[in-house]
Amino acid sequence: MIPAAFEYVRADSADAAIAALTEHGDEAKLLAGGMSLIPLMKLRLATPTVLVDVGRLTDLSYVRDGGDHVAIGALTRHRDLETSDLLATACPALRGVAAEVGDNQVRHRGTLGGSVAHGDPASDLPAALLALDATFVARGPGGERTIAAGEFFQGFLETALADDELLTEIRVPKVAGGWDYQKFNRRAQDWAIVGALAVRNGSTRVALVNMGSTPLRATAVEVALAGGASAAEAAELAAEGTEAPSDLNGSVEYREHLARVLVRRALEAAGA
Amino acid sequence: MRVSITINGVEQSHDVEPRTLLVQFLREACGLTGTKVGCDTSSCGACTVLFDGESVKSCTMFAAQADGGAVTTIEGLAPSTDEMHAVQTAFHEHHGLQCGFCTAGMVMAAASFLEENPDPTEQEVRLGLEGNLCRCTGYHNIVQSVLAAAKTLQDAK
Repeated sequence: MIPAAFEYVRADSADAAIAALTEHGDEAKLLAGGMSLIPLMKLRLATPTVLVDVGRLTDLSYVRDGGDHVAIGALTRHRDLETSDLLATACPALRGVAAEVGDNQVRHRGTLGGSVAHGDPASDLPAALLALDATFVARGPGGERTIAAGEFFQGFLETALADDELLTEIRVPKVAGGWDYQKFNRRAQDWAIVGALAVRNGSTRVALVNMGSTPLRATAVEVALAGGASAAEAAELAAEGTEAPSDLNGSVEYREHLARVLVRRALEAAGA
Repeated sequence: MRVSITINGVEQSHDVEPRTLLVQFLREACGLTGTKVGCDTSSCGACTVLFDGESVKSCTMFAAQADGGAVTTIEGLAPSTDEMHAVQTAFHEHHGLQCGFCTAGMVMAAASFLEENPDPTEQEVRLGLEGNLCRCTGYHNIVQSVLAAAKTLQDAK
């Protein structure tokens, strides 16, 4: 499978990438690790006429202590997250979820920023960042702005990023409490048919993978837990407010059942 | 566009379209057909090569992304023409292949995995190779091969 032809632009700085995006508008796509975009291009579900390669912006690859949060460069690979000593203590949930993405080969190439900007509801990391209340830093021709994770994912593969904006940094609050990620799939390296992440940090936050057109917070579960419900009681509410897809991997009913079971397991393993 | 990649220690420079995948560059421009195209959807891992020392799926990377970098394919893994890499030897001795189609990718993925985890458990080997599929389902001997290679490499230290 060969992608449609495109013009290749290699950006040597964030500003050069933004200039290329500004010049080419919605005809252009950013290429980071390519683990989501290249398969879509090979299937010709994505046919950008200009590809702006930001994969060499190594100054956007870092995991740094930002005081009350961890600052992660958008070009940081999943491999660098799953082996990060800082994340092991400051945010083990993110480290653990990164280790569940795809397979070794994918984690050697795929980047956190790429996964976020792609905004796939079936991806592990966007849901994790939603549960962790992360903040995203986007840079465009007019300067920088920050976007809360809760406002970032707007629809299926749609995010708050403008056509001429580059995601540069992900800020993740330090969360050292109990956590657990339940990922259900049929082939080892596949996307989750359904995934559920529970993170404790005072209150308990729960996020769902592949239960709607965006990554979702299981708000009803969180409210019930805050009101004193047990993990098993709260997990019964896991499918509330979701719009699960129906496909070859499972029907809506099957996914809703999985959500309830996986949320219960995640809550129990996280000690909620 | 001109793409130059050091492949198995030799610089290869070719004029290709930007949409040329790394695996096409290897097989069609360089004639290195040891790297296989299996699923072509980044699932099966048959096209696995090392890019700057780490396993990647060459069907899901543009040659342009590897421009200026170093790639090792199955043809270049052995230290010399007289001596196989420990992973290759182990696959030979432990019958880690049946039809052989997944083998190049398995060997490259295993070599990269053992760099990162030199002393793995059997479970870690199975997880470490989750990106590689064997349609003969010959996983048992593949896992035994990788464990044997790990021991050989550890003993040589």
